[in-house]
Amino acid sequence: MTMDSMRDRFARTITELLDEDPRLALVLAEISRDRLTEAERRHPDRVINVGIREQLLVGAGAGLALTGLRPVVHTFASFLVERPFEQVKLDFGHQGVGGVLVSAGGSYDWPAGGFTHMAPGDVALLDTLDGWTVHVPGHADEAGALLRHAVAAGDDKVYVRLSEQANRDGLDVDGARMLTLREGRDGVVVAVGPMLDSVLAAVEGLDVTVLYATTVRPFDGEALRRAAGDRPDVVIVEPYLAGTSTAAANEALQSVPHRVLGLGVGRRELRRYGDMAEHLSAQGLDPASLRARITGFLPTPATA
Amino acid sequence: MTTTATTTTTPRGPAYGYADLGRLMSLMSGDEKHGPAATSTLDALWVLYDRVLRVSPGAVDAPDRDRFLLSKGHGPMAYYAVLAAKGFLPVDVLPGFGSYESPLGHHPDRVLVPGVEIGSGSLGHGLPLAVGTALGLRAQGLTDPAVWVLVGDAELDEGSNHEAIAYAGPAGLDRLHVLVIDNSSASHARPGGLAARFAAAGWSTVTVDGRDHEALHAAYTAAHPGRPHAVIARVEPKNPAEAR
Repeated sequence: MTMDSMRDRFARTITELLDEDPRLALVLAEISRDRLTEAERRHPDRVINVGIREQLLVGAGAGLALTGLRPVVHTFASFLVERPFEQVKLDFGHQGVGGVLVSAGGSYDWPAGGFTHMAPGDVALLDTLDGWTVHVPGHADEAGALLRHAVAAGDDKVYVRLSEQANRDGLDVDGARMLTLREGRDGVVVAVGPMLDSVLAAVEGLDVTVLYATTVRPFDGEALRRAAGDRPDVVIVEPYLAGTSTAAANEALQSVPHRVLGLGVGRRELRRYGDMAEHLSAQGLDPASLRARITGFLPTPATA
Repeated sequence: MTTTATTTTTPRGPAYGYADLGRLMSLMSGDEKHGPAATSTLDALWVLYDRVLRVSPGAVDAPDRDRFLLSKGHGPMAYYAVLAAKGFLPVDVLPGFGSYESPLGHHPDRVLVPGVEIGSGSLGHGLPLAVGTALGLRAQGLTDPAVWVLVGDAELDEGSNHEAIAYAGPAGLDRLHVLVIDNSSASHARPGGLAARFAAAGWSTVTVDGRDHEALHAAYTAAHPGRPHAVIARVEPKNPAEAR
């Protein structure tokens, strides 16, 4: 059995959902259209490809919402959140309508494509806006489940961040809460979405709690508070811009003295092509680098 | 300020006519007279609301209503005056225009004013929203309602409009209508360029005198089977000294 990518699973799931829900519409700007030909054939009025026009992509998606439909809007993250950011801010937020933005490409899904197709800042940008739910699945199964949550979330504004980077196994995620995968005494490591397998490899033999987050906004502060207890040394490992969730963790832990280390993608443009493994290493996000950074931060590092 | 006491009009017999619009604008501006810039949209809006749009204050959420999207949100006094004249707005909110407690800002907000279909102010958002509105109505089998969007000639500088224009023509969105108020305010433009851009994308276009009510009505109601329709309403130049 070959494993679906998250993007494959998105295409399959949205095709099923379009059959099930007459209120659902899908807006595309050429990207992934080849995977959605069946949906387009079956629902020509609700699967809309606007061409290579991303301002129109987002504006038209919001216009569909103004008529009462639930729009799902999809392209690469750099052209869905960054390029038409003001459309996201005004056409959804200011108009007071909801929709689901589903991105592909992540921070460096196609490293050989270079910086123009990398969007490590997408979640941080959405953090400047009010009311966006952000799902970061770490596996195709989770992508399917979180897409269903997103579509079913009334008129909420929801971002689903798909990536080619994935964990070996999908977990039973609920679209809201973090999962506790391990409990330990020396600190808490929060792994976000596709960073989980690398985090688990990095902390092997360490006495730390590992939380797994696939819904990062709203941030599950309660789970973090509970896990941190009175020893709140927290590392958050995110597949996008380093430190994106540090403020949310600080807010969750404001009643206790605490330390937070935010690991993720740096701002510096590497100007490198290559493959994802090379970029993960260059960002210090491979298991060996993560282990060194985590043990260097925790006050009583265990020796494995 | 309470906004509950309204001077509601009945669907038949509006309380206000075209001749009252200047007075209604004065409630907002404090001025007795208004220059061409403040009234550039006034005649076009009045004819649209008075004789063309199938909308009413009692049915601002009706699925089959026509939609009017004011994309050029700058200088909305004429729009508010028309909405008040047609009973969408109580006249007594007009004097608060722009104040903290007022629903009426210098750019309209759909969340604050019933009957206002979009919040605007940042130029270039209305036409893409109108494209999505037309698509959404069509997808729900609502093929009768017309979607109108008002833009300014200089607003068409914004590239987002051209994404929408270039898409809507080939997509055959024949319930989509654009009303361009052309007061020659674009810094870089060529004569006839506005209509040509729509026509090149397969739109039906008509250019009319934006003060001539009969000409506006004829342009609004012209048949345009299979194509979206653009009405370019020419009014006095915003800066007469620089008029082309």
